[in-house]
Amino acid sequence: MSDATFTVSFAGPLVTVQDAGRPGHMRYGVSASGPMDRLAFDAAHAALGNPPGTTGIEVSLGGLALQCTSGAVTLAVTGGAFVVEHRGQKLGAWCVLTVEKGDRVIIRGGKTGSWAYVAFAGTLSAESWLGSTATHAASGFGGGVLRTGQTLRITSASVREERTGEIAPPEFLADGPLRVVTGPQDQHFSGDALARFLTEKFAVTDAYDRMGMRLRGSELELAGALSIPSEPVVRGSVQVSGDGVPTVLLADHQTTGGYPKIATVIAPDIERLVQLRSGDGFRFAAVSAAEAVGAARHYAMCKAEYLDQIAVPRGTLDQRLMRENLIHACVLD
Amino acid sequence: MEPWFKPVADHSLLVCFSDTHNADAHARVIALDKAIAASPPVGMIETVPALVNLLVRFDVTLTDHVAVETHLHDLLRHVTTEKNAGQVRQVQVCYDADFAPDLDAVAEATGMSPDAVIAAHLAGQYDVLMYGFSPGYAYLSGIPEDIQIPRKPTPVRDVPAGSVIIAGPQCLVTTLTMPTGWSIIGRSPTPILTRDPARPFLFDVGDRVVFQRIDLATFTRAQREVAHV
Repeated sequence: MSDATFTVSFAGPLVTVQDAGRPGHMRYGVSASGPMDRLAFDAAHAALGNPPGTTGIEVSLGGLALQCTSGAVTLAVTGGAFVVEHRGQKLGAWCVLTVEKGDRVIIRGGKTGSWAYVAFAGTLSAESWLGSTATHAASGFGGGVLRTGQTLRITSASVREERTGEIAPPEFLADGPLRVVTGPQDQHFSGDALARFLTEKFAVTDAYDRMGMRLRGSELELAGALSIPSEPVVRGSVQVSGDGVPTVLLADHQTTGGYPKIATVIAPDIERLVQLRSGDGFRFAAVSAAEAVGAARHYAMCKAEYLDQIAVPRGTLDQRLMRENLIHACVLD
Repeated sequence: MEPWFKPVADHSLLVCFSDTHNADAHARVIALDKAIAASPPVGMIETVPALVNLLVRFDVTLTDHVAVETHLHDLLRHVTTEKNAGQVRQVQVCYDADFAPDLDAVAEATGMSPDAVIAAHLAGQYDVLMYGFSPGYAYLSGIPEDIQIPRKPTPVRDVPAGSVIIAGPQCLVTTLTMPTGWSIIGRSPTPILTRDPARPFLFDVGDRVVFQRIDLATFTRAQREVAHV
């Protein structure tokens, strides 16, 4: 094990260093940050056998190109359906590959998805703030936003050939409408605004970054003047501004705000939401607090099981060839 | 008024003391926050105190809204509010013209001299109401009535960190270069983000703040000292 270094040949906007985030500081105005799609981020580390919450990179649709300038390291890419170019090959995201000095890796947006994750078999050197390397994009605190030309260093970089290949993407995510618990200020909306929020289709707009996602759809009128004392908001809060436009707050959200919140997206459905793109449509559906708890616990169980499965090494090349030969032999019989 | 509880998604519970901002409701928020810190419910991740309500975030694999609400009901039976319970924190301000682009406008709007505006600002009794907007942005209540002025119609961009800004009854010392629609009346070298891992933020919600006037030379010296920490 030794170091591997990369030059960032190109980084689009909003490509950031992230770890699991820094929960526990909301009372000081600090949202947890961390990856937008926590499941994909955790999967990238699990597929490498890394401890959960290791520092990695979040790639936006702007894309990322890395040039390996020394050493060698195995890395994993997960997230939306991004395209990974390496040694003249085009791979889909959800893959593990080894990169050596002289290699170039290009990660760019594909048919669907808004965020991809790169995890390294080693430690990505990054600045820490309040015990976390997660980047709060608006302030730049934490590991920071990647810039074209900068150098990345992976210490204790290792090559893990037994882990290279495709990663099985998760199949347990719920489909259908995004589940919300209504409130906490649903009483501030006019009679049918809540009903329309829960039945009509909404679409993602261009106003989408790590702080939040503005939606397009039915105007949600507020009942009476809009003036509530600023109160805590969370990742998933759906706040409605004076013009009746809903915005879903995300990883780098403000910690308090004075716009009424019509509903809050439950945590397990945020991973689906964040991978949508401008123009993508979806609906919301209300669940009770008890149903939300049930859904979150079920999700936590499925996620743990899934991460355990993909964390099992696939074996050395010899072992894999042997296995494939055996399967082949069985088929011939 | 009895507090009421609202579930927030699968992971949080909001405890509300009032629909409108008032000092009594905020004192109850602070008192409950302290009681929770002394005796947190099982599975709690954090509390977020705000103006009239408090959010409790929890680990949904360990607890749920009902269990947390039951625990808080028990605590609320014994919670009493205290006046001026917080620590007093000193914050230095330099009102030099270069740091106070809106001081003259505030003076004009209030019919006072710039010196009288500064004196009124220094005489205020400030309480830390809550944090919000960005890391370290602490909203202070206590701007004296005669210098309370509304927000500007359009925000000004790139307002430097350390700016002392006012709007209505509130005052704030910024920690980042950010846009603001509040009036900028001074600059502080006192770090709110302290870089001290044991105590990363200068204020706790509920603390009291006293502003102390400094001249430009003291400001420059203080800022140099901070840079060397």
